[in-house]
Amino acid sequence: MSSLPLTLPIKRHDWRMAWIIARREIRDSFRDWRIILPTIFLTLMFPGLLNFTADRILALAAEYNPDYIADRLYPFLLMVVGFFPASFSLVIALETFVGEKERKSLEPLLAAPLTNGQLYLGKMMAALCPPLFASYLGITVYLVGLWFRQGVVVSFSLFSLLVGLTTVQAAVMVAGAVVASTQTTSVRAANLLASFIIIPMALLLQFEAVMMFIGNRNGLWWILLAQLLVLVVLMRMGVKMFNREELLGRELDQLQLGNMWRRFWLRFSGRDTHPAFHPLTWYRDTLTLVPHLRKPGLIFLLAMVFAGLLGYYMINHYPPPEQMYASLFGEERQRYLANLQLLTQQLPMTIFWHNVRALLLIALVGIFTVGMADIGFFALPWVVLTYVALPMSGIGENPFLFLLATVVPHGVVEIPALLLAGAAALRWHVVVIAPPPEKSLSESWINAAADYFRIFIGLVIPLLFLAAFLEAWVTPQVLIHFYGS
Amino acid sequence: MIVAEQLAKQFDDFVAVHDVSLRVPEGELLALLGPNGAGKTTTVRMLSAILNPTRGRATIAGFDTVTQADQVRQSVGLLTEQPGLYNRMTGLEYLLFYGQLYGLPDALSRERGLAMFDRFAMAGAENRRLGEYSKGMRQKVGLIRALLHDPPVLLLDEPTSAMDPHSARLVRDAIYELRHDRRTVILCTHNLYEAETLADRIAIIRQGRIIREGTPQSLKQQLLGRPQMELKVDRPLNGQIKELDDLVTIEAITGSTIRYRVDEPERVNPQLVRRLGELGLGVVTLHEISQSLEEVYLSVVNDER
Repeated sequence: MSSLPLTLPIKRHDWRMAWIIARREIRDSFRDWRIILPTIFLTLMFPGLLNFTADRILALAAEYNPDYIADRLYPFLLMVVGFFPASFSLVIALETFVGEKERKSLEPLLAAPLTNGQLYLGKMMAALCPPLFASYLGITVYLVGLWFRQGVVVSFSLFSLLVGLTTVQAAVMVAGAVVASTQTTSVRAANLLASFIIIPMALLLQFEAVMMFIGNRNGLWWILLAQLLVLVVLMRMGVKMFNREELLGRELDQLQLGNMWRRFWLRFSGRDTHPAFHPLTWYRDTLTLVPHLRKPGLIFLLAMVFAGLLGYYMINHYPPPEQMYASLFGEERQRYLANLQLLTQQLPMTIFWHNVRALLLIALVGIFTVGMADIGFFALPWVVLTYVALPMSGIGENPFLFLLATVVPHGVVEIPALLLAGAAALRWHVVVIAPPPEKSLSESWINAAADYFRIFIGLVIPLLFLAAFLEAWVTPQVLIHFYGS
Repeated sequence: MIVAEQLAKQFDDFVAVHDVSLRVPEGELLALLGPNGAGKTTTVRMLSAILNPTRGRATIAGFDTVTQADQVRQSVGLLTEQPGLYNRMTGLEYLLFYGQLYGLPDALSRERGLAMFDRFAMAGAENRRLGEYSKGMRQKVGLIRALLHDPPVLLLDEPTSAMDPHSARLVRDAIYELRHDRRTVILCTHNLYEAETLADRIAIIRQGRIIREGTPQSLKQQLLGRPQMELKVDRPLNGQIKELDDLVTIEAITGSTIRYRVDEPERVNPQLVRRLGELGLGVVTLHEISQSLEEVYLSVVNDER
């Protein structure tokens, strides 16, 4: 691929080629009565209907607080007017991507001198332009109607927010549809996969409606930002997946569990490189995987720094309650320390199993969040630690001593274990965003999963085991040493 | 013009093509013959720079299919098994669209498109929606699309496989026409008649490997033996047959008819006719018994099994 929409600047030539593809498809869409009729209804008649609805509701609410209701109702209806036509983008996208594959018209297109990036961009534009045009037209009709009938002019900020939400939601649906399309060979299968887009989007819309009615516009701006991030992730996935190899390498929507398991086992057992299994060779090969974790490891270290900064930000904006320090360093401290001593006999295995369970659960959630959960769960404890430890200097306690006593003794072993597990999980989960070019997506994903379990079993579990004993037997002693009476 | 060296393609655990090597010089039509799933389509996709080979390399018109994919796509016209047209477009709109993708000015696409509509006996249909075209017409539009940017190389992937005999004939005639253009063509097919009629050389592919390659004639000779001839004289041969042993290998005699095999029919047959004349026998008919490519194909494919 000579140019990618997200990793390299898009050249004028890319736009030109993409536009050739988009123009044909847009023209094709506008020749389809199944698209034209609902679009006319949703852009011209539906906004009028909602203007009428607004009139009726206002008339009904006139005796209460009409201004307040208007303030909430107009934006909500505006959102509905914008979203309905935009929702077509999902249907068009599925048709544009997988429909073309199903009708066998994709191969001649793939044989043309177009880069994968130009094709992707053209298809995105084709799926986005008609619904967004209809959406903006609908919004315009509604706003003009509102101005004529009620004399209401919506603020520029609200207008920008709603146009932004509509646009980004449509783009998210299209980008999601591309990802679904590349994994299927038929429109029917793509429609089934589209429920992964429709359901979250429906829930999000309901949430946005609630935010609109409670008047939390700032919250909606944050939702817009979050959707932009999701859009970037989905587009990156789409650019990686929408390539000739992925599109034509898959002939049937068939899940070959046997093959998948065989591939996983070959990679996990190391038999893909050494046919005869030997534990020492296996361990040596597992250790050679660690340098591959440099990039995800770096992301985790950056997440730690970011978590520290977030903790600091929270201290300033939401200062910790004084009672918290009273219970940590007050009279109850001795009682806590005494209890801690009693628990240490049973603790190591409890701590160990807790950590193993937690890491596996995070890895599981990470699959569905494309690695975001891996980073989030890793960063969270550092937010809490910063939030708790930093303000201690204000009450005469040394925060570094607190960290040294509570975290360092077992953290010396546990933190590297967490970093290893997190980085391996992240490497596995982001494979869908950026699969290695020489392998198929499924192959890369299974290999990365096998690598994760190799690292987890070979390195992380022994380290967590050791850390659990340190946490149970050494850390309390250090705590007692520093904080005992 | 087309060179493939140990080309291989693997999809996860499935090896679709094993070490395929091909060399097709300019102006030659090579038929890639093989059963369904033999690896023909995957080979064509690699040669047209749609798929990257797992191993090996290929060049088209001197361009590498991996590192110079764009130039390869400019040099190749691909006709797929199903033409994959956009039904709501007219024939001409469709060609203008593809012309733009290949960087042709609309005027040139129109001129070439109309000329080819005429050449393939479809003049007047260019402004009709593609959805209204018959199967044969659709495939011919696919062929026009493949030729529109005037590529030196054509890759035709089972162009007649989904067609009724009449439509298939139309498309075959169109491909036959292209032989005058000095284009280099690979024709993937499992239609033996098509391969025999159109191809200069034939490569038989099975389970992703090229198992035989040569001209239709040489393949027949390799696999079915020397040409077999049938000769009829004006009266029964009786004992005179021994006089012919030094010229041909007699396989059967029935009354006044003999069947024989010969290495060089062009040289030996005139001698044979002279010898028969000297023996007082008049030649009524002499012809080669046709050995079909089907026999060759079945013999090769069954041997490999």
